Amino acid sequence: MADVKTINLTVEGRPVSVAEGTSILEAARTVGVLIPHYCYHPGLPVAGVCRMCLVEVEKAPKLAPACATSVAEGQVVHVHSEKAREARKGVLEMLLINHPLDCPICDQAGECELQDYTFQEGRKDSRYHEPKRFNPVEDFGGDVMYVPNRCILCTRCVRYMDDVAQDPVLNVSERGDRAYIGKFEGKDLTHPWAGNVVDLCPVGALLSKDFLNKARAWELDRTASICPNCTQGCNAIIETRDNVVVRMRPRANPDVNEYFLCDQGRLDYRWMNAPNRVELPQVRGANSLVDADWDIALGAAATAIRGRRVLVLASPMLSNEALHLLGRLVKLTGGTGAFRVARGPEAPLPGVKDLALRAERAANVVGAEMMGFTKSDSPLSALRDGDVLVVADHPLGDTDLPTAARASAVIVIGTSLPVGLQKVEVVLPIANFTEEEGTFTNLRGRVQRFLQAKAAPGLARPSWFVLADLLASLGESTNYFLPSEVFAALASSHADFAGLSYDTLGLRGLPVLNAAPAAGAAS
Amino acid sequence: MGYPHPPHPRETLVLSKYFGDRDAIPLDGWRKRGGYVALEKALGMTPAEIVNVVKDSGLRGRGGAGFPTGLKWSFMKPGDGKPHYLCCNADESEPGTFKDREIMRWTPHALIEGCAIGAYAIGAETAYIYIRGEFTEPLQRMEAAVREALAAGVIGPNAMGTGKRVDVWVHKGAGAYICGEETALMNSLEGRRGNPRIKPPFPAVAGVFGQPTTINNVETLAAVPHILNNGADWYKKMARADNPKSTGTKLWSVCGNVLRPGNYEVEMGFPFKDFLYDLCGGPPPGRKFKAVIPGGSSVPIMTMEEAEAAVMDYEGMVAQGSMLGSAGCIVIDDAQCMVKQIGRLARFYAHESCAQCTQCREGTAWTTKIMERIEAGEGTIGDLDTLLEIGDNMTGKTICVLSDSCAVPVASGIQKWRHEFEAHITGKRCPFRAAAAA
Repeated sequence: MADVKTINLTVEGRPVSVAEGTSILEAARTVGVLIPHYCYHPGLPVAGVCRMCLVEVEKAPKLAPACATSVAEGQVVHVHSEKAREARKGVLEMLLINHPLDCPICDQAGECELQDYTFQEGRKDSRYHEPKRFNPVEDFGGDVMYVPNRCILCTRCVRYMDDVAQDPVLNVSERGDRAYIGKFEGKDLTHPWAGNVVDLCPVGALLSKDFLNKARAWELDRTASICPNCTQGCNAIIETRDNVVVRMRPRANPDVNEYFLCDQGRLDYRWMNAPNRVELPQVRGANSLVDADWDIALGAAATAIRGRRVLVLASPMLSNEALHLLGRLVKLTGGTGAFRVARGPEAPLPGVKDLALRAERAANVVGAEMMGFTKSDSPLSALRDGDVLVVADHPLGDTDLPTAARASAVIVIGTSLPVGLQKVEVVLPIANFTEEEGTFTNLRGRVQRFLQAKAAPGLARPSWFVLADLLASLGESTNYFLPSEVFAALASSHADFAGLSYDTLGLRGLPVLNAAPAAGAAS
Repeated sequence: MGYPHPPHPRETLVLSKYFGDRDAIPLDGWRKRGGYVALEKALGMTPAEIVNVVKDSGLRGRGGAGFPTGLKWSFMKPGDGKPHYLCCNADESEPGTFKDREIMRWTPHALIEGCAIGAYAIGAETAYIYIRGEFTEPLQRMEAAVREALAAGVIGPNAMGTGKRVDVWVHKGAGAYICGEETALMNSLEGRRGNPRIKPPFPAVAGVFGQPTTINNVETLAAVPHILNNGADWYKKMARADNPKSTGTKLWSVCGNVLRPGNYEVEMGFPFKDFLYDLCGGPPPGRKFKAVIPGGSSVPIMTMEEAEAAVMDYEGMVAQGSMLGSAGCIVIDDAQCMVKQIGRLARFYAHESCAQCTQCREGTAWTTKIMERIEAGEGTIGDLDTLLEIGDNMTGKTICVLSDSCAVPVASGIQKWRHEFEAHITGKRCPFRAAAAA
């Protein structure tokens, strides 16, 4: 790459130095000045049509659209000057004349940029006394619904489908104030990544049918997390209301998923709220499993394991921390560890490098392999007669059950009790990934943190906590009070994780040493 | 020529000399009238020489903006390793303008010759003529002429036998006013929706297919052969003695309430008063002129005092508060309601807005609704301020100038005929309609 020239300018009195070719809007952002905008989105080509980002540039004859104007040496930019504010006020007034102002029944209310900017700097009254334009609601297919009356025609959705999804389904139909977002004849928003248009829409015109009328934006608690539904490891925000996950949305990460999340990922969240949870530790009683205290259950598990070879069936949805501790259990007993991963068709997003819904539909396949677990279609094949089987939240199918019966005892460490599983001696209830903190390693070897989004049911405890206690019951030294401490132990015992810690990972993650190359590698 | 009327002695016939002459349409007829001499001459010159002659002649864009043509051509850097394109803007859609239509109907080869010279001068091998969708007859004439010229080797891979390549293509638009905006035209030509592009980059840097492009109006290109044939000095002389900035002849399309509407060709600097009363025959009997829109519907409307004091060139029209524009002259007499006329113009812009920019999409429609409400006698005095403020928001803030064009006649209307607006509002009805009914 040739040397990039640095341009110096002033935005709102603050000196800014950015690379040549940067837009004024992005340059302002680097010094914390938000220039209001609608059509601009960093993940899309520039359109410059909403005219909201007009700013005053000294010595320029007209106001300049900040999104479409490159910085120039010595430029002096005023974002909040009288002229610029009047222009924005004018745009807001125009955007609202045909808008139904139905915020009380609009899903977008509370996270609507039209609402935000109107409150911030719009007019208090309307001078529009004519009838408003009306167009009926349309089903765009997929998870998307279009409410044209709320549409401000920023064309983010059109540009996303054209340039990022590269499946041109949407267009601007008609002209003038009759214009609306149209769908090409016979096409639907069925692209596996089409749901992003809902997030991209700055107003309530494109809505998720799944989320429709489910919650108001201000009732939601938002947690930084990772989409667990494939090995891509898209950064996500998990939104909960009253301890229930109601929506999953993308969280920007230029190194993984930019601004996007696939439909499969975002809509597959209901299992996080599954009701069939084990909430209390259980041990084998006279004829059946009976509830027990944690100490008793852990003691019973240790007794069952001690002196035996263990086969650990570990879910690839478990965190690195849990898998690390399970790996220690395997090593301690001289056993083996294995897992199976669900598969589905791969679906790339053409406009973003190395981003796809991956075939392997679990978050931590790479992490599980790095912790010594073997990927296999028949993970129980290594189970020998008399072994202890530890099922760590791993799903079991009908074909697995006869094989599982070879075990002398079964210990379930999980969120639910597999149906039809025999010889269960102990059940240790754990939190699912939304209820605890941890890390996943994605298919490119990037280690990424997820935070706790909701509370675990009953007496269920975080997986790393339960496993640390189990190892302690077996005489191991496990002095962990936080998941970060488990991760530190992991990092010191696995060379690839050297140098990583929760602090250095931050919320965007870092690759392990010798991580797989980004593109072209087999998944 | 005051086509369809016989030429007036005070006209200067250059471009319109053969309007109405059927024999000038085919290639051999055109050759007999001196056609393609300039092209032959041009292909023997260097492109830079041609650009210099055009620069020297003072020819300015006839589409409306009046940008110096030679200067525009000089923006095309020779030898930049990129294909260059020439676009001829024949999407003549400005209300009141119909000069390019007649050039293409009667002298299609004049345009082809101009395109070929222009293409050669800017280092392009391809010229596109983008014709308005509704122009069925000019389209047929142009297509036939291009076929003829190609078959005769006038244009094509070996233009005039000089070994130089000049291809001319005719492209039919689908009928949208906005496609006359140069960057929208390019989008449309490429097969996209005809939306204006953000400038910069300007067409000379990235135009059609992202390559350096020059775009010229039909009348501009048609004038080039005459300049090469007769010299820059001949062209320069057709101007006011005290204003060398506007040179040559100009075609004026005249419509509205005049006795002899049509196309007129006069030298730059012609007195507008003589033009309206003498050449165009003045108002219909018993009427008086009230207003003139001199340059197509997008320019400020002139009162008769302003119009009668104006001279017909770029600077002369600006001096009287309007613009030469495309020289589509709409004349309005005293029996017409200004509110209705201006409302009709606003409706046109509202219909033709491409819907990209917020102010234009919403503002043109809003303006129209208010204008129509006032015309219906349901306006309020406050509406006039609202109209002016909407117009302010629509001016200088959008990608192209369609939005400004809608605001301009409304603003000048309210400024100059406020009493008519107020009569509608206080009388709660249109006074002209009431008079007609009485």
